[in-house]
Amino acid sequence: MSSTTDDRQPRGEKGPGAKDSKLPDQYADAAPGSSVNPEALESSVTDASDPKRRRLLVLGASAVGGLGVAAVAMPMVASMLPSARAKAAGAPVEVDISKIGSGQIITVEWRGKPVWVVNRSDEQLERLEADTARLSDPDSEEPQQPEYAGNPTRSIKPEFLVVIGVCTHLGCSPTYRPDVAPADLGANWDGGFFCPCHGSRFDLAGRVYAGMPAPINLEIPPYRYVDDGTIVVGEDSDASGATPA
Amino acid sequence: MSTNISPGDARPVEGTSSGKGGEGSRLGKAGEGLLNWVDERFPLTKLLEEHVTKYYAPKNFNVWYVFGVLAMVTLVIQIVTGIFLTMNYKPDGQLAFSSVEYIMRDVNFGWLIRYMHSTGASAFFVVIYLHMFRALMYGSYKKPRELLWVFGMLIYVALMAEAFMGYLLPWGQMSYWGAQVIISLFGAIPFGIGDAVTIWLKGDYIVSDATLNRFFALHVIAVPLVLLGLVVGHIMALHEVGSNNPDGIEIKKNKNAAGIPKDGIPFHPYYTVKDLVAIVIFFILFFAVVFFAPEMGGYFLEHANFIPADPLKTPEHIAPVWYFTPFYAILRAVPDKLGGVIAMGGAIAILFVLPWLDRSPIRSIRYRAPWYRIMLFVFAANFIMLGYLGVQVATPLYTLLSRIGTLVYFGYFPLLFILSRNEKGKPLPDRVTYQGSATADHGVDNDAEVAGAAAR
Repeated sequence: MSSTTDDRQPRGEKGPGAKDSKLPDQYADAAPGSSVNPEALESSVTDASDPKRRRLLVLGASAVGGLGVAAVAMPMVASMLPSARAKAAGAPVEVDISKIGSGQIITVEWRGKPVWVVNRSDEQLERLEADTARLSDPDSEEPQQPEYAGNPTRSIKPEFLVVIGVCTHLGCSPTYRPDVAPADLGANWDGGFFCPCHGSRFDLAGRVYAGMPAPINLEIPPYRYVDDGTIVVGEDSDASGATPA
Repeated sequence: MSTNISPGDARPVEGTSSGKGGEGSRLGKAGEGLLNWVDERFPLTKLLEEHVTKYYAPKNFNVWYVFGVLAMVTLVIQIVTGIFLTMNYKPDGQLAFSSVEYIMRDVNFGWLIRYMHSTGASAFFVVIYLHMFRALMYGSYKKPRELLWVFGMLIYVALMAEAFMGYLLPWGQMSYWGAQVIISLFGAIPFGIGDAVTIWLKGDYIVSDATLNRFFALHVIAVPLVLLGLVVGHIMALHEVGSNNPDGIEIKKNKNAAGIPKDGIPFHPYYTVKDLVAIVIFFILFFAVVFFAPEMGGYFLEHANFIPADPLKTPEHIAPVWYFTPFYAILRAVPDKLGGVIAMGGAIAILFVLPWLDRSPIRSIRYRAPWYRIMLFVFAANFIMLGYLGVQVATPLYTLLSRIGTLVYFGYFPLLFILSRNEKGKPLPDRVTYQGSATADHGVDNDAEVAGAAAR
């Protein structure tokens, strides 16, 4: 019954055993002061017993090898950056804003992101001024907009808000909620944008309220007016913000 | 207490087939010859003995000890079904969503393979969480098993990466916005590094075809390779130090004349048979889900994911898949972007150092002080509560509960560090308890091994 194991066992031990008896001898010379090994002398590696030299060689070889690995890794890592095609995809978009009714919103795609254009009513514009104390950055001090949109309405023309619809918290796209004080958002909701992911709230100028997960205001993209009814998103207006009237 | 069993009960453990005369013996000899031929060239018998037939596991394992093997089974399910899914899946922003629908409708048994894969992902986490809870109960992370625990934690992290990347592939709304949120977490890194990192991860300025393509590569090749390597490391570490057991005492301290733990039994055939029973029960449950509730009410496959990815519109309510929700609740509990990300990462990172935070020499909950039982129960219940909160819409009440839950989660570790310093537990037994009594020598008697060893 146990004959199988009895047969096998010695052989199994012989294999590694034979190897073991040879290996240490070969490398034993590396240690200083070890007894002279005839095998090592034969192999003409006369200075194999110089540990300092060996350490230097090992270090040098490792360093060069490490550089090689880094050199190979660099193109790999760089290949994961946006490709030339992805970079080229950010062309400006022309948007017809003449058909947006008062209080209405349209969403256009620019660089793959949603860009909202909202035609704010006078009443909505008034509410922007009403309660700025609750906002985190009411004066748009964070560089989240081009210079020409650094005003209280965060826009070139007061009524038309052009803003990137991506929450500054973790990149969800907030929902447009123009209704004042709805049941689900509470009595102090003045109309604005609500992010369904983590509950960040923004006013109708894309300014974030204080104490929200989102740290800063929504980003205003560069844009300019071609004429009264058309804007181009992705192209800067001249610094003055002057528009061809 | 440690009286040995009568020799009559002794059962030899090894040497299964050496022929029964006639044809059999000739075949047996041929097999033996082949085995010898292989053994001279590859340590087959040596490996088998080391890890299976002569790996001595404590004989007092209970049902909590099946989850390691079940995790292996799930890994195999995922790899096998995954291979067949890649044969029909297209990692392309234009084609991905419809290729998954194609698998579901037109590929023969595609629905089965895909539901096995999606259910397998959830099953993996069920099994892993139970496996980890077992380690917490019986102190399996304590000296000398710290590295075993660290290997396990690395597997857990790799598994989370694997699951996250896999979830993008169906290219539904939840896939898309889930990936967007998780990648944006890296954007919280200050000094302008964050934005560069997110663009590098996405390979584009938004989650796009480039992102999908690389996630496919990572999900199908890179992470599985890492995972397999880590599993090998985990098992090698386990077999080096030996398995812990529900009593949390070292069986290696009590060896017989042949150097075999008196309370140890060979993994094969004793635990392979026991594990087979567990595997059968697991498969019954697993396929019940696959066949009757593959979406699990929106928890395994979220409903919004049956809508193709739309970069312009976030779903009304987004939540991660259930296995991430405890950490997601912690993320949401902190009212600060960077702070939330740090808390979330810290919640996972702190588990790595658990072996050094728990200073009590007592391993098993059976002999630890009563406060540890209470703490562990609160910790586990709190983890489940956080998981529940993570799938809910954040109302003020839930946000408050998440914050309390976050404090409880992080409170566990310093409290454990302090209290475990001078723990007064129950006295430990000399030998493992078996079937409710402290007598040691039921079942297998390792004296058979003594005889075998002497013959050699």
